[in-house]
Order: sequence, then C-alpha cells, then structure tokens
Amino acid sequence: MIELKDITKGFGDKEILKGVSAVMESGKVNLIIGASGSGKTVMMKCIVGLMEVDTGTILYDNQDFTAMDHHAKKEVRQQIGMLFQGSALFDSMTVEQNVMFPLEMFSKDTLKEKKKRVEECLERVQLKDAAKKFPAEISGGMKKRVGIARAIVLNPKYLFCDEPNSGLDPQTSLLIDQLIKELTTEYNITTVINTHDMNTVMESGDHIVYMYQGQKQWEGSNKEIVFSKDQKLNDFIFASEFLREAKEMRQLDMFKDNKWKDQLVEQLKRDSQK
Amino acid sequence: MEFRFFYHFGNFLLMLKGMFSRPENMKLYWKQFMQQCVDIGVGSFGIVFIISLFMGGVTTLQTAYQLVSPIIPRSTIAQVVRDTIILEFAPTLTSIVLAGVIGSKIASELGNMRISEQIDALEIMGINTKGYLIMPKILAATLMIPVLVAIAGFLGIWGGKEAGVLSGVLSGEQFMMGLRQEFKAYNVFFAMAKSYTFGFIIASVSAYYGYNVQGGALEIGKASTTAVVVSCVLILFMDYALTAILL
Repeated sequence: MIELKDITKGFGDKEILKGVSAVMESGKVNLIIGASGSGKTVMMKCIVGLMEVDTGTILYDNQDFTAMDHHAKKEVRQQIGMLFQGSALFDSMTVEQNVMFPLEMFSKDTLKEKKKRVEECLERVQLKDAAKKFPAEISGGMKKRVGIARAIVLNPKYLFCDEPNSGLDPQTSLLIDQLIKELTTEYNITTVINTHDMNTVMESGDHIVYMYQGQKQWEGSNKEIVFSKDQKLNDFIFASEFLREAKEMRQLDMFKDNKWKDQLVEQLKRDSQK
Repeated sequence: MEFRFFYHFGNFLLMLKGMFSRPENMKLYWKQFMQQCVDIGVGSFGIVFIISLFMGGVTTLQTAYQLVSPIIPRSTIAQVVRDTIILEFAPTLTSIVLAGVIGSKIASELGNMRISEQIDALEIMGINTKGYLIMPKILAATLMIPVLVAIAGFLGIWGGKEAGVLSGVLSGEQFMMGLRQEFKAYNVFFAMAKSYTFGFIIASVSAYYGYNVQGGALEIGKASTTAVVVSCVLILFMDYALTAILL
C-alpha cells in the first residue's frame, strides 16, 4: 500500500501539486487520471522518488519514503517496477538482455535460474519468440510488453505505469490493460497507472484518482465514476457524445445490479431537475 | 555570465561526487568499463592513425622548409619534429580531435538515454546512474586517451620520417640520428600528464552535458556541440596552464 499525505510540489513560483492525499491499495489497479498539465506525471515522479516533494509524506507500507536516506530509498526502489511511456528499453540490448538486466544487477541466482526467470516473464507477456530481437526491431505494443516483463522480473511489490496505452491501437491497449490487471491480482502488487485512456478507466480502474489543476478533484472506483456528480470529472471522462451514450448504457447495465439501483435513480432525478 | 559558470561548475562537482558510491554489482560495472575502453580505444584508433601520420609528415616538411641554413644539420629536423610531436601535437591535437569523436559520442549517448527515460529506468531500479554510466566512461577515457596519445606520438614520428625520406628532405639514417639527439624522457612524462588531464576533461565534460539534457532531439544536438566546444576550450586552457607549470 502506498499512502500520500498532503504532498506539494512546485517549480519556481508555479505550484504543480497542491496538497494531494490519496491511498493506493495493494492488489488493486490504482489510476491517476486528469487533463494534460493537471500534475499526474509530477505526482507519479514524486511517488517513485524521481522528484522530491516540497512538503508532505509518501508512505510505502507505512515506511516514510520522503524521510529515508539515499541508501534506504535504493532498497525501496528495488521493490519497484516501472513501465515508462516510451518503454525506456536499453537500445543496445536484446529483449532478453533487457529483461535480464535487473536480475544481473541485483539477483544472486545462478545464470540458469536467471535465464529461467527471464523465460517465464517473456512467456507471461507472450514474447518468447522475440527474445533475441533488439528494441528497434519490434513494434510499440511489443516494446510495452517487454517493459512490463522487465518491470516484473524481480517480483516487485509496486508497479508503476506511465501512460501504458499511449500510441497503441485499441486491441493492443486492451491486451496491455488485461495483462497489468492480471499481474496485479496474481502477485498482489500495488499498481499505479497514469493514464488518459478511458477504456483503461472503465475496465481496469479499481481505484481512480482524478486530478484537476494540481488537486485531487475526485476519488472512487470505475463503478462509482458512472454515477459521479462531479461536473469537472464528467466533462473530462465523458467528453464526447459517444462516451455520454456509453455511460448511459453502462448505467442501464448496472441497473440490473440492485447494488447500483439507488445511485442510478438518484442520478436520473438530478438529470430531470436540470 | 559568472553565475552561469558557477552554476555549471557546482553541478559538475556534484556530478563527480555522485559517482562515488558502492557499486550495486561490481561485475556489471567492470563489464561497462571494458566496453567503454573498447569503444574509446579501438573505436578511435582509425582517426588517430590517419591524423598522426599526416601530422608527422606535415611537421617534417614544414620544419625542413624553415630550416634552410647550411650550418644547421639535416638531423635537426628530426629533433624538432620529435619534440614538437611529443610536447604538443600528439597530446593536444589528438585530444582536440578526440574531443570531437569521443565527446560528441558520450554526450549524445547519455542525452538520448536521458530523453528516452532510460536513465530514469535505471534510477527507478535503484542503480546509481552517475556511478554506472559516467564513472566507467571517465575511467576508460583517462586510461585509453593516454594510450592513443602514445600511439599518435609513435605514428607521428614514423609519418615524419617517411615524409622526409619520400620527399628527399633527409635520409632515414639522418632522421634516426636526429631522433636520438638530446632526448629528454621528461618530455614523455609531460605529454602523458597532459593526456591524462585531457582524457578526464573530454569524458567528464561531455558526460555532464549529456547527462543533464532536457528537451528533445534538438537539445541532444546542442548538448553534443556544447560538450565538444567546452572540452576544446578547456583542453587549450589546461595545455597552457600545464606548460607554464611543468616546463
């Protein structure tokens, strides 16, 4: 579990994060969503320690990450896997060597054990056949999957994904989302995803944090988001006519589930009042 | 202007300080160091070979053109060529060329790694990126550039001899005799001292500009150019300073 307590971050006079608090639960896919410039990326960089927060605390399983010294931070980081927006694969290494790299750096296993682990990870992301290829020889979707394999090779407790679907076709995006979701529940990882992709929000968002101008505007699940009264959130999520229709259809689907019936009735009342 | 200098100088010192931490895995650091030695040493040998031969040849011909007095023996040409190459041309000219070859490579490689978030990826893994990426480059350059300078010295003198013989300026025997006249081993020490300093400047300055790139492809190009220009200026400055101190 990762806990953010009132974190702030600014650059010069410009305040980017204005006292954000949130809890990222383990075994769940936690999403950070928001328009460009809302502070999502800065927030993720602060959580992983690529940027220092100005005030506030970040707790990794109740350990204060912000107060740790360099050495202790390095130990926490070894439990973090991260998938970057551009995959950040090492150009001079093959797919296999990319996935092997964290093991070579930190694992005391034998070479045979390391190779077995790499094979397992590549098989998990369905890329066993591409092991000997270089990043320049594979597609964007494959690069993302290699990035995921590299991120999970050391069995991380925390997985961070920065825009995992950017630049991918809808089918590949879905595949990446499913893979991340499966891995999260399979290994009980605390997964934090920074995304713009509405499909990811609706399909994978166990816990969603909506950022608006450096502040947490809304927090909830992908079920609750359908019934949210927050105008800013609705304008952001259901921006097009198509998405608004999809929202209504989802609400009707959820109407069948008694648990969500009351919320839908309340929503309809509110709409009729408008 | 002064503040920019102090800002960069302070950051540069912090970068050097940041390199020193216990390696996460000594084997991988060693592998990285050896890789850099091959890249810098073997990778630059071709250009060093070509410039050294011509540098020696041109020095011989120009010295012969200027020493026209009949009372000066022909072997003096070899003596002048030897000392010019050992004291100045092999360490300084070779280092200036290497600043272009190695410096731009280091700056663009690190810049590209920074822009494509590869450095961030290493950082997230818990690796000291300054130690893993920069230190092996500086150590390799400090080791290999003196080797290249030594090779450049030999090749330059050999090129000078061949040019002298082929153009009929002096015979092979006269050249060899001149080479042995009043040879000072201290000059070789001086050349090596300069090449160690220049090797450190080339790798560390280029690494600094590459590691701190912000932006995109355009900024990588700018960082590369700045790294080469600053390295060349510092090489020339240190050339003068070391000459004033050591000679």
